[in-house]
Amino acid sequence: MAQNDAAPPQSIAADPAGSAAIEVAHLTKIYKTTRAVDDISFQIRRGSITGLLGGNGAGKTTTIAMIMGLVLPTSGRVQVLGHPMPEEAADVLGRMNFESPYVDMPMRLTVRQNLTIFGRLYAVEHLRERIAQLAADLDLDEFLDRPNGKLSAGQKTRVALAKALINAPELLLLDEPTASLDPDTADWVRAHLETYRKTHAATILLASHNMFEVERLCDRIIIMKRGRIEDDDSPDRIMARYNRATLEEVFLDVARGRVNETAP
Amino acid sequence: MMHRGIALHRIGAMILRYWYLLMSSWPRLAELLYWPALQVITWGFLQIYIAQNAGFFARAGGTLIGAVILWDILFRGQLGFSISFLEEMWARNLGNLMMSPLKPIEFLLALMVMSLIRLAIGVVPMTGLALFLFHFNFYGLGLPLIAFFCNLIFTSWSVGIFVSGLVLRNGLGAESIVWTLMFALMPLACIYYPVSVLPHWLQYVAWSLPPTYVFEGMRSLLIDGVFRGDLMLAALAINAVLLVASFAAFLALLRSARLHGSLLGGGE
Repeated sequence: MAQNDAAPPQSIAADPAGSAAIEVAHLTKIYKTTRAVDDISFQIRRGSITGLLGGNGAGKTTTIAMIMGLVLPTSGRVQVLGHPMPEEAADVLGRMNFESPYVDMPMRLTVRQNLTIFGRLYAVEHLRERIAQLAADLDLDEFLDRPNGKLSAGQKTRVALAKALINAPELLLLDEPTASLDPDTADWVRAHLETYRKTHAATILLASHNMFEVERLCDRIIIMKRGRIEDDDSPDRIMARYNRATLEEVFLDVARGRVNETAP
Repeated sequence: MMHRGIALHRIGAMILRYWYLLMSSWPRLAELLYWPALQVITWGFLQIYIAQNAGFFARAGGTLIGAVILWDILFRGQLGFSISFLEEMWARNLGNLMMSPLKPIEFLLALMVMSLIRLAIGVVPMTGLALFLFHFNFYGLGLPLIAFFCNLIFTSWSVGIFVSGLVLRNGLGAESIVWTLMFALMPLACIYYPVSVLPHWLQYVAWSLPPTYVFEGMRSLLIDGVFRGDLMLAALAINAVLLVASFAAFLALLRSARLHGSLLGGGE
């Protein structure tokens, strides 16, 4: 039986040719007549935090869903940790995880029960200790034995993050990780993500509308609009290129089509 | 390559998930007992009434109540499978599962085990009630009962797998299929009457359904005292085809759900 899903993260050398964490080539997704994602290509370096920016309907969630294998592309190719998706999903799903507002944890089960089930699905060794550690790290102790449905929005987000970290993933995909959190909790979650990336050499791809969050966390930003990549660079260089002081201003320029003359 | 094959720990995790859910909700547990008990009481009294007024039923003691219990195995087996699946849709948890290392076959195997557990919770007390109130010993059917049970549960899983695939592909808007599809089999499976009652052309359709063989077999056993092994083997062969076909349909519907992005929402 396959008991080794939660084996310690493999070194980059263990994967084909020290490949990028994520490689996307000419990815397109068409729903009936809507081009949700339109021929995008990018690579994400291991150990980096990349932000996927864009307004509603820009194609961020569909892109992440295709990387996870939840949605099949119309055309193009996705490779995760050196393995083509979804063909070799079984080889990487145990090494990655995600958090998204499009899914919930079972409401009637307690936080501990939920984490136990996901820990078992990911074959996490020393699961009790792992849950205790996550509970301490994410401040869940107070409501560990409370049903998920009885938690506040902020508490639920922390539980979802604990689920996303249960297998100490090498690759973490986050869709709006701090949506519905108060500023204090959101800041606290960001700090935790930064620490996790540093301590685990993890790769994080996050989709967000929160420009402050992206500016603080990300080494690189991919801006999407109507399914296409509008820009792709470090936050500093993008702000300089658009001649703006904040990413929010850049975002508004892109969203409203007010692209600076110096911009690409 | 690693990760090949079926992992018992993942199946166990899913069974634990549904067990936690059952134990956390007394209405869910009560519902498992309520309908089967109601069924056996209603049909048990009907059996007594018509046995007192019709010579055939006096001779064929237990055919109605036996049919009710076997029908409940078929119906509750499918519901037990499908409701566990629906719990994931209702909880919007399917995305979490599909993104985990859990494989479709492991998910389906866990649902099969859960259908057995839910069935046991509902049907075992039902058989006790039949014995206590109507002196009908369901287990008195003896070894043939194993053949009846296996064939019915296999059919219930085939239907359960297929309707789960439909809900997966079409979202909760297709939920009503879960509750109603098995009833489409009811008149054709000849639960309470022999196949010979049907028009000749419809008998061909009836004989394409494994439960028909089981109910004919039950009547043969209770009325004539003859166990029809040939009927059980024929039902088993059709069940094997149905199980493979339903699994293939589930995989095709899962792929279609991935193509259409249904796994992200899961709503209507």
